[in-house]
Amino acid sequence: MYQVGIDIGSSMAKAAVLDHDRIVKTILLPTGFSGRETADQIYSILEQEGITKANARYAATGYGRVSVPYADRTVTEITCHGIGAWRLFGQDGVVIDIGGQDTKGIAVKNGRVMKFIMNDKCSAGTGKFLEIMTNRLGVTIRELSELAKEGRHITISSMCTVFAESEVISLIGRGTPREDIAYGVMESVVTKVAQLIAQVPGQPYFLTGGLCQEEYLIQRLGIALGGTVTSMPMARFAGAVGAAVQAGKQ
Amino acid sequence: MEPNENMLPKTFDEFVDARKQGFMRAKEFKDHGGKLAGCLCSYTPQELMDAAGIATVGLCGTSNETIPDAERVLPKNLCPLIKSTYGFAYSEKCPYTYFSDIIIGETTCDGKKKMYELLNEIKDTYVLHLPQSQNREYAKEIWYQEILLLKNKLEETFQVTITDENLRKAVHKRNQLRRAHLDMYRLQESCPPAMKGTEMMIALQQGTFTFDLDQQIANVRQRVAGAREAYENGKRPVSEDARRILITGCPTGGVIQKVGAVIENSGGVIVCLDDCSGERTNMLMVDENADDILRAIADRYLAINCSVMTSNDGRLENTRKMIEKYQVDGVIEVVLQACHTFNIESFRMGRMVEELGIPYMKLETDYSTTDNGQIETRVAAFLEML
Repeated sequence: MYQVGIDIGSSMAKAAVLDHDRIVKTILLPTGFSGRETADQIYSILEQEGITKANARYAATGYGRVSVPYADRTVTEITCHGIGAWRLFGQDGVVIDIGGQDTKGIAVKNGRVMKFIMNDKCSAGTGKFLEIMTNRLGVTIRELSELAKEGRHITISSMCTVFAESEVISLIGRGTPREDIAYGVMESVVTKVAQLIAQVPGQPYFLTGGLCQEEYLIQRLGIALGGTVTSMPMARFAGAVGAAVQAGKQ
Repeated sequence: MEPNENMLPKTFDEFVDARKQGFMRAKEFKDHGGKLAGCLCSYTPQELMDAAGIATVGLCGTSNETIPDAERVLPKNLCPLIKSTYGFAYSEKCPYTYFSDIIIGETTCDGKKKMYELLNEIKDTYVLHLPQSQNREYAKEIWYQEILLLKNKLEETFQVTITDENLRKAVHKRNQLRRAHLDMYRLQESCPPAMKGTEMMIALQQGTFTFDLDQQIANVRQRVAGAREAYENGKRPVSEDARRILITGCPTGGVIQKVGAVIENSGGVIVCLDDCSGERTNMLMVDENADDILRAIADRYLAINCSVMTSNDGRLENTRKMIEKYQVDGVIEVVLQACHTFNIESFRMGRMVEELGIPYMKLETDYSTTDNGQIETRVAAFLEML
C-alpha cells in the first residue's frame, strides 16, 4: 500500500508518496486558481505511475486540504509539518515553516507535536511578504539573497506588508542601493519570524517550506534565534511527507 | 400609560422576525408597567434590582453586525464586546438596550469605563466604581458604599423602597439560580459529558435575556433534568473519544460559533466554561442568613475573579481545580482583541496550565469572520496534538 500526502498550500501544491517508509515520488505544482483542479492533476500524475485509490491511501493537508475529494483523511498543516520534519530530520526540535501565507513554529518531541505557534492573519514574516517585495524589486528570491549579502544595514520599520511596500517604494525613490533594500527586506522577515519562533521552546531549528534552500536566510535566522537552523531541499515537501505518514493511520 | 411611550425604533420594520419578536416582548413587558435594567457584567449586584421590582436583562453585545455603527464613534482598536454593545445602543437594534429604563455598568476595564460616558448620552447609564483589587482591607468598604449608592439611585429613580426583606428574598432566588447553573455545569463531569458545550453556551446566553427570574430558574432546571434523564436512558450527545476542553479568558458569548462550534466540530467537547459567567462565579453564594444582607451582597460580588483585578490569583487557582475536576485534556484561552487585562494575564495562565502538563493555546480574535480559516486550523491542530 502506498501512502500519499498532498499539501495544498496557498502558493504551491506538494505531494509525496511513501512506499514502506521510503519516499519514492514527489510532485510540486503551483496551486493556481483552483485547489480542486490542482488536486485532480496530482491524482492523474500519480495514476500514470500506477498509484491509484486501489493501492494507495491519501491524506490531504494545507490551506486547501478540504478541496481534495479523494483524500481518506485530512490533517492540519501544523501536525503534518511537525511529523514530516521529524521524519526528514530524524530528531526533536522546533520546526520553522515559512509558508505562503502563514509562518509557524512547531515544537516536536518523539515525533509528536508538543506546542505550536502561528502568525496572526497578518502576512508579515511570511512567504507572501517576500513575494511582494521581490516583485516590487523585480528580482527572484535567490537574487534578493545575493543582493542582501552585499547590502549595508537599513531597517524597514513597517511590520505591515502593505506599508512596508510603500516604505520600499520610497527607498527606491530616494535612490537607496538595491543591495541595502534587499538587506532590509530580508532582515524584516528574519526579525518577524524570530519573534514568533521565540515563543516556542526548544532547539535545534529546522526550516521547512519553499525557502528551504535559501542559505542566506537560514544563516540570518540562526543568528537571530541564537541557535542552529538546518534545512534540506526535501524540506519543502515536509507537509506532504507528514501527511503521507498520517495517511497510513486509520 | 402616556401615549407615545414605549415606541418602537424607526427602523423596526427592517428587522428580521427574531429581532422583531424580541422588541415586541420587551414592549409588552413595558406596556404592562414593567421596568427594565440593562446589565453588562457579572459584577452587577442583581439582587438590588430584583428587590426593587426591576427586571434585569443582559444587553446585546456579541455580534459583529453593529461594530461598523460603533466605529463611527469609538476607536477601531477596541474590544469587540465594548464596540458591539455600544453599536447596539447607537443603532437601536437591541430591544433590551432600547427599552431599558437604566443601564448599570461598572468600572471594570478602561474601555468599558470610558464607553459608558458615551453610552450615557444615549441611555441613562449608572456606573458603579469597582475597586482595583480585593486584597486591600478597605476595598470591601468602598464596594459596600458603591452598592449603597446604587440602592439610593434605584430608590430615587424608580420611587421604590428596597427593603431588607426583599433583598433577602432576592438573594434566596439568585442563589437558587446559581445552584441550578452549577447543576448544569456538572453535567459535563461525566465521560462523555451529558451536553454539548455549545448547547450550554447558547442556553446560558438565552437565559440572560429572560425578564422573569422564576422562569429563568425553571428553564435551567428543566434543561438539566432533561439532559440528565436522556443520559440515564443511554443517550450520548457527545462521542466518548472527544477531547475534553476547558475554555477560559474573556466572555465567549460572541464567539460561540467561531470558536465553540469549531472545537466541537473538530473532535473536541467543551467540558468547562471557565469565564466570568461560568462555574467560578456561580459557586459564590450570598450568605442568606447574614445580619447585614446588603453587606453580604457586596462581599459576594467583590469576590468575583476578573482580570481587571490586581492581582487575580484566585482565577488561576480556580482554573487549576476545574482542570482536575473535569478531567481536562487541553485548555483554550479566548482573548478578545484589545482586552489587555486578559491578554497579559494569559501568560500566567498558560504557564500554570503547562506546568500541570496540560496543553494550552491562546486564541486572540474578534467577532468578524476574517480569521475564521486560521482559527479552524489552529483549533484542529491543537486537537490533533492532544
